[in-house]
Amino acid sequence: MNRINELFANEGNKRILSIYYTAGYPTLNSTLAIAETLEKSGADFLEIGFPYSDPVADGPVIQHSSEVALRNGMTLQVLFDQLAGLRRHISIPVLLMGYVNPVLQYGVERFCESCKAVGVDGVIVPDLPMYEYEERYQEVFEANGVSNIFLVTPQTSEERIRKIDGLSTGFIYLLSSSATTGKNLAVSEDTAAYFSRIRNLNLKNPVVVGFGISSRDAFMRATDYAAGAIVGSAFVRLLSESNYEKKIPAFIHQLKEIADGY
Amino acid sequence: MSEYQVNEKGYYGDFGGAYIPEMLYPNVEELRQQYIAIIQSEGFKQEFDQLLRDYVGRPSPLYLAKRLSERYGANIFLKREDLNHTGAHKINNTIGQILLAERLGKRRIIAETGAGQHGVATATVCALKGLQCVVYMGAVDIERQAPNVARMKMMGAEVIAAESGSKTLKDATNEALRDWINNPVDTHYIIGSVVGPHPYPDMVARFQSIISAETRKQLQEKTGIETPDYALACVGGGSNAAGMFYHFLDEPSVKLIAVEAAGKGVYSGESAATTLLGREGVLHGSRSILMQTDDGQVIEPYSISAGLDYPGIGPQHAWLYKSGRATYASATDDEAMQAGLLLTQLEGIIPAIESAHALAQLEKMTFKGDENVVICLSGRGDKDLDNYMKYFGF
Ligand SMILES: Cc1ncc(COP(=O)(O)O)c(C=O)c1O
Repeated sequence: MNRINELFANEGNKRILSIYYTAGYPTLNSTLAIAETLEKSGADFLEIGFPYSDPVADGPVIQHSSEVALRNGMTLQVLFDQLAGLRRHISIPVLLMGYVNPVLQYGVERFCESCKAVGVDGVIVPDLPMYEYEERYQEVFEANGVSNIFLVTPQTSEERIRKIDGLSTGFIYLLSSSATTGKNLAVSEDTAAYFSRIRNLNLKNPVVVGFGISSRDAFMRATDYAAGAIVGSAFVRLLSESNYEKKIPAFIHQLKEIADGY
Repeated sequence: MSEYQVNEKGYYGDFGGAYIPEMLYPNVEELRQQYIAIIQSEGFKQEFDQLLRDYVGRPSPLYLAKRLSERYGANIFLKREDLNHTGAHKINNTIGQILLAERLGKRRIIAETGAGQHGVATATVCALKGLQCVVYMGAVDIERQAPNVARMKMMGAEVIAAESGSKTLKDATNEALRDWINNPVDTHYIIGSVVGPHPYPDMVARFQSIISAETRKQLQEKTGIETPDYALACVGGGSNAAGMFYHFLDEPSVKLIAVEAAGKGVYSGESAATTLLGREGVLHGSRSILMQTDDGQVIEPYSISAGLDYPGIGPQHAWLYKSGRATYASATDDEAMQAGLLLTQLEGIIPAIESAHALAQLEKMTFKGDENVVICLSGRGDKDLDNYMKYFGF
């Protein structure tokens, strides 16, 4: 059982909050310090993005953070070097998120081994399709205990969701709508119907909602149906402000206070 | 099944596939399941053939360029895609895809464009069919291809500037993909070259294969043999080359030469010569060869010609390159501009700067005398007059 499974097993009834941010943004060496502050402030797990020059699933905020991170000199190699001390400081689950080409150039097997070595629990690679994963990479992911997280959208068929559920070993990443990152989740009956449709499938993996979660209202609504939700662009926007370090605790508290009911 | 065509898994040798986020899966999967059946249906074939004939003006002539032939010492035939409606080969593909989109019930069309030729060809078929049209174009390309921007707007298309990265074709493609992710139900994305996730490379190559199908027939009529000794084409993403090569792939006697843009010199740091500078990787949904850093970041390409200014090539080309079936050469800005001027002055044909890259290869070849050479003249140079005038100081 890895840290991800433990989190969802132990925190069964809590609304789990995950935060996404881009490694190497706003400065090259900010990655680990932000992780520590997030854990202390009450984030339940982290998704650290490794930047890519052509992030087609991302909206302007994360695109911009990726551009800056690349200009700052962030690469997968630099990131793994930075994360060498990860588990001395951080105990919550950490996932890496990014696009497939940097992983291919680093080497998929080496990538999985590096994840294992530094204590990264899972990865989200949106443009690595299920078919390729099964055919070529599942074995090395599993051999290294790295969970590969798949996305589900409102257009994903039930048959495919069941297949994804079978292949998943951590959680299922439910997109609030078919969209690039950074849109706001619209309050609509359609979304609620979609979330309850997924809940009623009784999947074996927990479901976490991402993309479009930018406020505590959206966070609450998503976690009425799902085990947790992920905030990305809204947090990355905070990192662009001066003195962002000091603002992180309040950002997390206002998302969670209501959620935790105190 | 030819070893150079796509297999049932969507691959050409090591290249191809569909590396797309889940948001694009339903649309791409729908296409994959239906494109062959639709393309091969009687109704589609009839309408496609009729539009290519009466609207595009096909078959495009195969012209024996006498003075050019004399100069190089071979029989040089130009496949006149420049004479198509809208001025380039791009319309062969957009006619095919609009008929497909119609049959899939899509109401909104998006496209990316570099030189603007594909954008114009897309806006054209959308006007023809009364469908909404949005074209993404790099901000830099909007500057250097102004007449095409005007044409698209006049036909009712919305042209949106891509402001990220190098603000050229790659970035326009990113924006189009993002649009498709955000509009998953009613929209069809008309990709303009043999790139993108499977089935796009195969689908676009099929629509462009009319180029070599006609060439075979015309060569038979003119020379008594269907196959040339050489077939040449320029390569941006590779669609006019894929169409020119299609019916010659399994004819080993035909030497296939693809010409990439070397910008200011292959190793100048300002180039788009993908096979020489690139390595295997994934870009825009398929595994191919692309220009990238050791860390897998895509390198911004450069070419004077907006249509060749792309850091990758289609997966079929990657395979033709790796398997050695085709030769990948390159031409610099200067070589292409000189070749464009030469064709203008010897034959009275102003070629698109893209096509001039293919012509430039002639300078580097030696012929035995009676060899037959076919060159895909992929487009006309009207859109490039500004560039030609600036370059030569007319
Ligand atoms: C006239 C012309 N030729 C060639 C190209 C390059 O595209 P491809 O390599 O797909 O034929 C373009 C692209 O815009 C073009 O306009």
